[in-house]
Order: sequence, then structure tokens, then C-alpha cells
Amino acid sequence: MKTEALSPVISFAGVHHRYRKAAALHNVSLAIPSGGMRGLIGPDGVGKSTFLALAAGVKKLQTGRVEVLGGSMRESSHRRACLQRIAYMPQGLGRNLYPTLSVFENLDYFGRLFGQGPDERRMRIDNLLTSTGLEAFANRPAGKLSGGMKQKLSLCSALIHDPDLLILDEPTTGVDPLSRRQFWELIERIRLRRPQMTVVAATAYMEEANRFDWLAVMDSGAVIAVGTPQQIKEQAGATSLDEAFIRLLPDDRRKEHSDVRIPPRSVLPGPPAIEATGLTKRFGTFVAVDNVSFRIERGEIFGFLGSNGCGKSTTMRMLTGLLPATSGEASVLGRPVASEDMAIRRRVGYMSQSFSLYRELTVLQNLELHAAIFELPTPTRGPRVAELLDRFGLKDDAESYPEGLPLGLRQRLQLAVAVLHKPEILILDEPTSGVDPIARDRFWQYLAELSRDDGVTVFLSTHFMNEAERCDRISLMHAGKVLAIGTPSELVAARGATDLDAAFVGYLEDAAGARGTSTVGGTGIASPLAKTPEAQPRNPSLFNLRRLWACARRESLEVLRDPIRMAFALLGPIILLMAFGFGISFDVDRLPFAAYDFDRSYESRELLASFEGSRYFERRSDIADEAQMEERLARGEISLVVEVPAGFGRDLQAERPVEVAVWIDGAMPFRAETIRSYVTGLSGRWQSQHAALHGELPAAEIGVRFRYNQTFRSPVATVPGIIMLMLMLIPAIMSALTVVKERETGSIANFRSTPVTKLEFLIGKQLPYIVLSLAGFAVLLLLARLVFGVSVTGSSATLAVGVVIYVFATTAFGLLISTITRTQLAAIVATPIIAIVPAMNFSGMLTPVSSLTPFTRLLGLSFPAAWFQYISVGTFSKALGFADLWPMHVVLAGFAAAYLSLAMLLLPKQES
Amino acid sequence: MRASVANVLRLCIKELRSLRADPVMLVLIAWAFTFSIVTVSKGMKFEVSQASVALADEDQSVLSGRIATAIQPPYFRQVRQIAVSDIDRSMDLGTSVFVLEIPPRFEADTLAGNHPKIQINVDATAMSQAGNGAVLLQNIIAREVRNYVARSSAVVPPNVGFVTRARYNPNLDAVWFTSTMQVINNITILSIILSGAAVIREREQGTIEHLLVMPVTSFELTLSKILANGSVIIVAALLSLLLVVRLFLGVPLQGSLGWFVIGAILYQFSVMAFGILLATLTASMAQFGLLVIPILMSMLLLSGSITPIESMPAWMQAAMQLVPSTQFVSFAQATLYRAARLDTIWHHLMIIAASGGAFFTLSVFRLHGWVTKSQ
Repeated sequence: MKTEALSPVISFAGVHHRYRKAAALHNVSLAIPSGGMRGLIGPDGVGKSTFLALAAGVKKLQTGRVEVLGGSMRESSHRRACLQRIAYMPQGLGRNLYPTLSVFENLDYFGRLFGQGPDERRMRIDNLLTSTGLEAFANRPAGKLSGGMKQKLSLCSALIHDPDLLILDEPTTGVDPLSRRQFWELIERIRLRRPQMTVVAATAYMEEANRFDWLAVMDSGAVIAVGTPQQIKEQAGATSLDEAFIRLLPDDRRKEHSDVRIPPRSVLPGPPAIEATGLTKRFGTFVAVDNVSFRIERGEIFGFLGSNGCGKSTTMRMLTGLLPATSGEASVLGRPVASEDMAIRRRVGYMSQSFSLYRELTVLQNLELHAAIFELPTPTRGPRVAELLDRFGLKDDAESYPEGLPLGLRQRLQLAVAVLHKPEILILDEPTSGVDPIARDRFWQYLAELSRDDGVTVFLSTHFMNEAERCDRISLMHAGKVLAIGTPSELVAARGATDLDAAFVGYLEDAAGARGTSTVGGTGIASPLAKTPEAQPRNPSLFNLRRLWACARRESLEVLRDPIRMAFALLGPIILLMAFGFGISFDVDRLPFAAYDFDRSYESRELLASFEGSRYFERRSDIADEAQMEERLARGEISLVVEVPAGFGRDLQAERPVEVAVWIDGAMPFRAETIRSYVTGLSGRWQSQHAALHGELPAAEIGVRFRYNQTFRSPVATVPGIIMLMLMLIPAIMSALTVVKERETGSIANFRSTPVTKLEFLIGKQLPYIVLSLAGFAVLLLLARLVFGVSVTGSSATLAVGVVIYVFATTAFGLLISTITRTQLAAIVATPIIAIVPAMNFSGMLTPVSSLTPFTRLLGLSFPAAWFQYISVGTFSKALGFADLWPMHVVLAGFAAAYLSLAMLLLPKQES
Repeated sequence: MRASVANVLRLCIKELRSLRADPVMLVLIAWAFTFSIVTVSKGMKFEVSQASVALADEDQSVLSGRIATAIQPPYFRQVRQIAVSDIDRSMDLGTSVFVLEIPPRFEADTLAGNHPKIQINVDATAMSQAGNGAVLLQNIIAREVRNYVARSSAVVPPNVGFVTRARYNPNLDAVWFTSTMQVINNITILSIILSGAAVIREREQGTIEHLLVMPVTSFELTLSKILANGSVIIVAALLSLLLVVRLFLGVPLQGSLGWFVIGAILYQFSVMAFGILLATLTASMAQFGLLVIPILMSMLLLSGSITPIESMPAWMQAAMQLVPSTQFVSFAQATLYRAARLDTIWHHLMIIAASGGAFFTLSVFRLHGWVTKSQ
């Protein structure tokens, strides 16, 4: 420990990192001294996250050297040991949390991942919850927490194993100032108890960076300055870090920058641009916007300030008519807001929080589409679009697609679209979040011009204090309520605060106090962390049942709380068994036929009666003429016509050869062939009856014995195959969604940053689906018996063992798909496409395997379905047991092991 | 009103551009209407073809040899000789679907007029071959025995002949059926997936919401999605029928292609609206996938495009009559195969149109609330 305290906790030497074409880190060499609070500052997209992920060992190193806690992160044994000592909190509000799990369940999961026993977990969780003030919310699902609380929970989960190095990636972005302040206070308290712990955090808020005792300033993948905040400011000759940052930039970048100047506002006549009175929005029991009133004058720049999820967006969406208000009134330009009021829509421009233009259209096409939708007169469209391209500096990128453009440019495009139809009001929802300071200032310059030169009313939301200070008036929002409205200086003065941030915190504290228990959670009076015994760094074993169980338990809880997935797992098999069972039927019964009888003799009636008497045919009214026969066959009303020629009875009596014509509807060949063989069978019987009357017997008798299915009913043959298909399809699709889902939501970070191994993670994910599939199988078994009258004739034990191994293999197949696909959509499309064809066509379900070509046979055999089909048909219909079928079980187990190994091989523990 | 038409047209163009920018979907459409049609119609066979027959011949006579050689492709494979003791195992493991047992002294007993019995064992779990194959085998054996006996004695030919003639598809070529039905199935699958995925993607990217704050209504949005994507599918389906089905697979399409296209337009309108409606019931692309899989499969399997609808239980047939896929399959079979007169099948079109109207109204009604619901 001593040597570590002297040597840097993290040291990078010549590190490069690229994502496809873009470089994220460019020759970074940096040593972060151990102990204390270390900060990484710079706007979005400069490589901070990549740096931290490499340091935490969750991202795979490309070139260069990274040493953390005294060892190289290239060595997997050191990385494994580090997982017990590093805690990593990825970017994004609660992105590594499980939204449907409660606060307690989330922490419990992390405790289990670190192999902690029940008592230890209980004690640690209790301690963390009381010290963060989250104990009152222990049973609330993580998804329903406010942003500040999510961050605290994320922090708790990072601290559950007493790490020596705490890596935080923008932990406070989008959180209100009070929660932000509390978050850092909490970190301070933890550091008091564990001074040996180093905290390395990235932030985009320069004012926060002032608290750190050491900073590295980053821009465009490189470190541009290092030192204490004071040193950095002195180095740049600036008074604030914001300013220092801009001054530290290379000359060519700095040139683009100019200070934002907003001329004073002249009062414009007329009714207010926007007026809200008692506006309220409820989603179920949740009150998103609570009795909000405000009034925005024409030409004003009005700012909405507040954290993520405080109701800013909802209020704006109500004003645009997107959301209906639950109660209260809102009017825009003197007219009440109505969702179908097209006239108002033409006078308002809107920019939503995230990029919402068409990614598949170029910059120019996007502008043209909107010009057309707003019905700008055709001759003015071209010039207007050209003017906007010019004004917003988009000319050079007119033919580019938005996807490849930097965030700042995309934001300008959105603003250009929003002002295209010269609206009187602009509603902008967090237009500058994630944009670097230079681009932000440029954006504000546009806003100033629009407001002051064109008299456009600008209503925008932000969580940057320095932007709020530029507004004519601002409104502070928290938990759905407006806390205060006024000019920035009025608000600061009213609180007697030093700056707007402090004023906002004051208002928030009042609001929290007024409400008794706060939704902020832990209002700074939380007890200091009680002493808990230091977590002993456990030997990072390669297999630990407790960790496996942690994964299985968590996956089960999530599935149980997802009604759509549960319905798919349990109702899916029922619906599909019915669809397949009734849909794939070879029983052709009650075929409608009509007689075209030219003879009308006793004999002809007798012949037709033999058709009528068969269960295969059902007689409809007789045919009168040729045209009617055509018409009824064409319409599909009848499937066959038996035409008895004139003189049939007479010729039969005279033993002269006669011919009966049977017309069959050949539109559906399988049915037509079946009809033909029924007719052949019927005529054979009729003839031998006739022959027998004349004392003639056939030379040899041909006996037909239908085995396994004496009654010759389709379900006996098809249901075992359908069960085979269901147990392939449904478990595979369910498990195919698992890993890729974590990758999409971001919680895969926990797999990378904790000691859980690939095998534990994968089997843990598999177990719940195996259990669900077995439940599904029980339902199928019951339905097969009750609806289709099919039950097991052979050994039930053989079938049961076979099903368990088979669903093990099919869920492992799903996991394999899940590890190689990038999106849940791809997984859900790929799984059935890959699985259905070999299972349905090459496993003996429709075509007997003995009729396949050698190639298709092999294709079938290279998939578990064909092997289980033997077990399914064998035990259901053929009365077989282990003695006949054991080799199939062995092969299936081989598939399960192979798929699982392959999935392990393809699931990297580190992100690339 | 004029503004509305213009908006729909503009959005259609946008929609087509979006589709053009989505190579995966384009490949899927191209693949579905070309390779998939060919492979499925060549591969999916419910007829007796290449059925495996084993023979346990305890007679080893000229007659039993003749029977064995008479069993020939394409219906059957070359007969395999097995021992009587292997019969059960061969059938248990499915190596043979049919096993013939010819008893000792079969030939001698036949010629002596003792009427010996030849046994056909059928694996009735192989339903696609068992029934019709057994009848074929009986005919072959009866014919061989008759011909063999006829050499030694004069036999009266049967005096009543049953001549079966298949209308519309004289050789009962399965490709005629499966190829066109596959085109229809692909219209169903692609329409639902394309329309549902398109609105979900636009919702996730926020573009629909953005359109809804502009002078565009849900009605115009939904209609333009259906018209643009639908026209692509209709054109692809028509090309597939003309080039892949008629030209490449050589299937004569006897009926009126014009009426088929009109039916197809109504049908894809209905299923596309259904796809959008389904999308509005889900919160994400993954949920949409889970919801669509069982629904699509039921629509395909129970529509009569794979096996005859008559073999389903009556209650299910009645229920499926309300589903547009069933109606369109009946309509298409009548127009394409049997060249039926329109006045006899117009009711199919009415039901398809009515279902389309209902799905469309419901999805327009739901769209706004679904798009703006906080995610």
C-alpha cells in the first residue's frame, strides 16, 4: 500500500484509442496521483469516458500502456484482481441500474456479485442506505427514482465492496444543483472514513471542478493542461475554469469563439406569447407537472431551469399541443392550446431534447421537407432554405447526413428547421445539452439575434447556470413545481445568495423542508457512514455459485416483472400450438362434392350413395348443367364433381365397360391428391364389392397397417413435432434478448466491472428461461392431451430428461445469438430465421427425414431440433424409452455444451 | 383538404427515401420475393415424394422381385431389403416410412389361388406421406400381382373405370400452389413488419413527435406510411408473380392478375394498418417482435395458404373468416387458379376492406397518444 501511495494510481503512456474512423484518445500520457479527488474536465466527446473505461479495465486497450493500482491492465490476472478493488460508475443517469428492481434489490445484486454472504450484505446495504438517506425508498423500483436519487443508488452500488479506486464518469450530469451538492458531500464523508481511496471523476460542469484537488483538462482526445484548479486558471490567465478552458484551446479552435452579447430587450406590444395557468399533468398516480403558472412576454428569452425529470419537457410538450393537460389552461399567442389547431402550429417552432430530424435524409432534404410541410410558397422555398444554410453555417454540410455531423452542427440544423417558417415563438427543450462551450456560445448568439432582431419569443430549458444567467427571466422548476420566477438578478437578490446556483439550492432546500420528507433524499443531515468492517478482497475464483445465483435471481426478477415477456413465454406456446396443431393438418374431411348424374338409375344412385356414406365426403346439391359445374368449382364451393354417364346402370347390368369421371379442384395440390387417393380407395372397395357379388376374389390380399397412429389422426403425428418446434423457438427467442438487452441499456457495464465470470453470467441468465420453458412445456403437455387428445405412450421419464437437456441447448443457442447481435431487434429477427427452417423442414416435422437429400439431412442433424424430434415422436407416439433413445440425449447435451462454450468465447469481458 | 393530400404525398416521398436508406429492409424485401419464393416452393412438399420403403421379403420369388422393382422414384426411393427381425427397429427410428412384408410361398400361393396376404406397415407419424403413399403402394402391388397372374390365366378387366381429372392444375404440380401462396404470405409478413417497425423506429428517434408539432395530422402520417410502404410491397409482389412465379418457375397464372392486384392493394392496406395498430400496443421494438411472432404465425398457418382451411374445426374456421389473411387467400386462390367471376367472390374484398377500415381508424386514433406517451 505504501509504495502505491507514492506512485500514481493510474498512469497512461502513449495511449491511442479509435472507434472505427474517429480517434477518441490521441497519444495520451498522464499520471494521476493516488489519494484525493482527481478530476477530468472537458466537454462531451473529448475522450473522458474512453479514458476512464480504459482505466477501469472495462474497455480493451488498443495501443499504449495503462497501469492501474500498480499493475498493467493488459494482464488479465491483474485485471481480475483489480475488479475487487476498483469501482466504476458509467455515464448516464442510473444506466448501470435495473429499473424494475427496487433500490434494495439492486444493491443486493451487487453485494452478491462480490460474493458477500447474507449477513454482510444486509449490514452493508443498511449502512449505505442510511448514510445516503435512501432507506425510506428501499422498496421503490430504481426506474421510478429522481435523477439525484438514481445517482446516489449508483454510488452505493459502487461502494458496496469498499473499493480503493472509485471511477465516476460524469456522475452529476442532468442532476439538480442541490442533489449535485449532496452527492459531492457524500463522497467527502466516505473519503473521511476511507482516506486511502482515490476518487477519479469526469465532469462537464466547470464550477464542480473547482472542488477537486487535481485536474486534467481534455480536448479532442488529448490532455491540454494538468494541475490544481488554481494552477490551471493561472496558467490560462483566466478568472474562471470556463474561461480557462476556452483560452487553453488551440488558436484555430478559439478563433471560432466570440463572447455572447445580448442587447437589452425592448418591450413589444400585444398579448403575452405564452400563458399558463394552473397547468397540471398526471401520468397515473405520478404528478409530472403540478399546478404550474407563468406568462411569457413577446420577444422575451425565457428560461426553464431544473434537473432531468422535473417536468420541464412535459410542460413544453403540453404547450406545443403534443400532450393534453390533465387540468389547467394554456394559451399560445392568445389562443388556447389544442392539439388539432393547425394555425397555431404554423406560428410556433419546436426543438425537442434529442435529435428528432430524419437521419436518412440529408441536411438539405430535411430542410426542404419541412419547408414543404409548412407550405412555404414554392418560389420562396429555395431562397429561404439557402438563407438558413448560410446563416447557420450549414452550407458545407448541405449534402451530408446528420448522423455523421458533430453534435453542435446537428443542433444548429434543428434550430434552422425550427425557425424555417419564421415562427413567432420558439420552444426549445434543452437545446445545448452535450454541446461544447464554443458551440454553445455560438448557438446563444443565434438566439440573441432571433429575439432581439426578429422579435421572436424564445422559451427554452437548460440545466446550465451560465445559460440561465443570459435569459431575460427564468423559472426554477423542481419535482413538477415552479419554485420561483424572475430575472436572474432578482432571484439571486431575493435569496441573498452569491450566485444563481446558490439561489437555486436555497429554493430547493426550502421546497424539501416544506414537504417534510424530501424526494431529493438525504438532505445533508444523513448520518455519517457507520464503521463497517473492511471488505476483505476475496480471492477472485473462476467459479462461484453465489455469483451465478446473483445473476439468475436478478434475471428472474426482471422477467417476472415484464408482462410482455411473461406472456410470450407462457401464452406464446399455447397460441402457437393451436395455430400449428390446427393449421398443419393432413386430415382432409367432409370434402364438399356434387353429383352430375346423367343416368339417374338405381345403380348410379347406389354409386353416389357410397361417396355420400364416406366420412371424407359431404354431398351438396346436384349439378344441373356444365356452366353451373364450372361456376361452383371456380368459386370453391365444391371440391369435386362425380359425373355419372348416361346409360351407366344399363351398361353395368350388361357388364359392358363404363367410365365414371371425377372432376377435382386441383388448386391445392395436396388436397387434390388426397381426394384422388380417397376416390381410388372408394372405387376399389366398390369394385371388389361388385366383383364379390360375381364370386371373384383378388389374387392376393393387401393389408395396410397404420402403426403408432391407428386412427390416422393428424395431431398424433404433428403435435410431437410442434412441441419440438415450440421448445426450440420460444426459449431461444427469450434468451436471445438477454445479453443484447443489457448491452443496449448499458447495464452490461456491471458484467465488465465486477468479478462475475462469463460462465456464471451466462448460466445465470439461462436458468430462469429453462425454468420458464419447463413451465411452458407442462402447459403444452396439458393442451396436447385436452385439445388434441395426444398423450405420452412411451417413457415419460425419457421425455422429461430429454426436454430438460433440449431446453438447456435451445436457451444456450439463444445466448449465443445474443452475444453476437447488436440490437434486440436483430436478435429477435435472427433467432427465428435461423431456427425455424432446420427445425420445421429438416427435422422430420413435415417431411420424413428418410426422404431428405443427404445435404438437407446433414443440415437438420447439425441442429438440436432433429435430435429432439426422435425423443418427442418416440415417447409420444412410438412408445419408446431410454433403451432406444439414450444416444439422442447424449448428442443434445453435446449441443448445449458447444453453444455455451461458443457464447463464452464470443462474449468479451472487456468492451472493445 | 388539398393541403392534406399534398402533405400525404410529401410524406410518402419522405417515406420512400427512408426506405431507400435502409439496406437491410430492402434486402429483406428482395430476398422475400425472389429466393424465398423459389426455395419454399421447391422445398415445401406435402405430396408423396422420395418416400422410403423397406421390404422384408421371405418369399424371394420372381413376383416379389417384380413388386420390389415396380416401386420407383419420384414417389418412392429404391426399395431397401431388410430382415423381418429389423422391421420394428427400422420403423421406430424412422428409417423407413413403409415396410412391406411378403410372406413365404407368396408367389406359389397366389398362383394356386390361395389369396395370400401381403402386409404394408405404415409409419403413421409421417402423415404427409402415410395416407396417400399407402394407396399408391396398394395400387402398385395390385397391378403387379394382376399382371403376373394374367400371364397364366385370363382375367376379366374391371368393368367400371374411375377417371379422375384435376381442374386448374392437371398434373397437380405443388409449385403452382406454394409459389403464389408464398407471395401472399410474404405480403403479410413484410407489410406487418415494415409498417410496425417504421412507426416504432420513428417514435424512438423522435421524428414522429416532431412531425406532430407541425401542421401534420395523425391521419396523414398513418396514411402516408401505408401508401408508400404498401406501394413498394405491391410492386415487388407483382414483379415476383410475373418474373419469379410465371417466368422462372413456369407457373401459368390463369386468372385475372388485375383483380388480384386490386385485392392485394386492399389487403396490404388492411395488414399494414394492423401492423401499425400492433406497434401502438407495444413500448419497444423488442416487445413488438415478441407480440408479432405468434400473431403472424397464426395468420399464416390458419389462413389456408399452407393446408386446406376445411380441415380445421368448424369454430376455428368461422373465427378465421374474420381475419383478412384468410379472406385474401380465398380470394387469391379463386382469382389466380380458378379464374372465378368477380361477382361470386366480391364478398372477400368487402371483408378485407372493412377490416382495413377498422384497423386504420383504430391506429389513427391511438397513434397520437402512443407517440407522445413518455417512454
